[in-house]
Amino acid sequence: MIRPVLAIDNLAKSFTMHLQGGLAIPVIEGITLDVAAGECVVLGGPSGAGKSSILKMIYGNYRTDAGAIRVATGEGETVDVATAEPRRMLGLRRSTIGYVSQFLRVIPRVPALAVVIEAASAFGIGGDEAEARARRLLTLLNVPERLWSLPPATFSGGEQQRVNIARGFIADHPILLLDEPTASLDAKNRAAVVELIETKKRNGTAIVGIFHDDDVRERVATRIVDVTRFASRAA
Amino acid sequence: MTGQPLLTAESVTKFYGSRLGCRDIGFELYAGEVLAVVGESGSGKSTLLKLLSGQLEPSGGRVLYRMRDDVTRDILTLTEAERRFLFRTDWGFVHQHAELGLRMGVSAGANVGERLMAVGWRHYGRIRDEAETWLERVEIDATRIDDRPTAYSGGMRQRLQIARNLVTSPRLVFMDEPTGGLDVSVQARLLDLMRGLVADLGLAAIVVTHDLAVARLLSHRILVMKDGRAIETGLTDQVLDDPREPYTQLLVSSILQP
Repeated sequence: MIRPVLAIDNLAKSFTMHLQGGLAIPVIEGITLDVAAGECVVLGGPSGAGKSSILKMIYGNYRTDAGAIRVATGEGETVDVATAEPRRMLGLRRSTIGYVSQFLRVIPRVPALAVVIEAASAFGIGGDEAEARARRLLTLLNVPERLWSLPPATFSGGEQQRVNIARGFIADHPILLLDEPTASLDAKNRAAVVELIETKKRNGTAIVGIFHDDDVRERVATRIVDVTRFASRAA
Repeated sequence: MTGQPLLTAESVTKFYGSRLGCRDIGFELYAGEVLAVVGESGSGKSTLLKLLSGQLEPSGGRVLYRMRDDVTRDILTLTEAERRFLFRTDWGFVHQHAELGLRMGVSAGANVGERLMAVGWRHYGRIRDEAETWLERVEIDATRIDDRPTAYSGGMRQRLQIARNLVTSPRLVFMDEPTGGLDVSVQARLLDLMRGLVADLGLAAIVVTHDLAVARLLSHRILVMKDGRAIETGLTDQVLDDPREPYTQLLVSSILQP
């Protein structure tokens, strides 16, 4: 058995809404999942089943109530995201875990090309190489070159999302989390993303993803895990 | 990255007479990290900033700082010369009101050059060149170098204040509501500039703000204050996207979406 790059063990999450009189919203409980290098595990289940929450917990964006998320770092250590210090988590995000969110968080005045390069620099890829990669990805994702020098704030949803994907794919994180990266894309761009995912898998990246479209899911998934069976029953 | 924190707050507490300023604040700040301190006015944010920067003496607890020789010292036990070194060189302090951080009666160039002279620069031409470089870095046209800050707009003054602070390559910058009182478009420019400078220079910073968008854009970590206490801390995006405390949930849900 290959040692998993990512090992989720008995994870549980609920939200307590203090502004709604302490209403508790259980999301997920008892999820256990190992992901190995080169695998693409697709989280399945209806919306509201907690798929995005699981990705956000792996990225340390959401906190966990119970369980562990063990991540193997490049230095041969194992870090539990559920209990990692903020500083450790920031280090993991730089070196180990990449994340493509559903929407690009736009920063005023920063041009699209710089937005993408920035993600490579954070990972430690140097100037020329970072720019070459950014140009290649934006070309592959059909973002017109005339847009590269503009801040993405005024781009269409699909264009923003493709910048976001370029940003997520530019580094070589051993773990990559994909939250509906193909949601607002046309067939041609969906195919480009599928190709990018296949390349990452061949290079040994462990991927956990959520995909809207059945065709994309069927093509990239090594296996599909239905999270409904871990969903907490509504209180 | 070195293993030792740059600044450590240990149970820092301040009472003004019987009134609480802040209580039991503890955290570690490492080189290159930006910590946002958020909360409403009166929550103790500014008191905390003054305590951390040695401008106010705590009623309890202590603040430790790792000096450039890697020796960690209690900032209250520093010699006068060491304190001067920190304030003039190794620390920056960006005030909400630029007038407090600038000398309004001298030129922009002199405002930047003064900090250089304080660390031993003597050659006029070099000081002027460096001042010019820094004005350009904060996007002030170098032809405005001989103007006094009184002739500058609010946004320009704030950028000049930043240049004045960063010219000596500080390792830690304290910022008190750095974008407060500026127009939104001016804020965006300043934020983007600060974000770039902090990343390029590998600065550590402690930013006091009531604006959660500022905290999200600039900081890695966040500390939420209420009634003088730190009620919630963590990664910035974690605290803002998954707030746990009732008060933090209220703060986050009170943001107006344009």
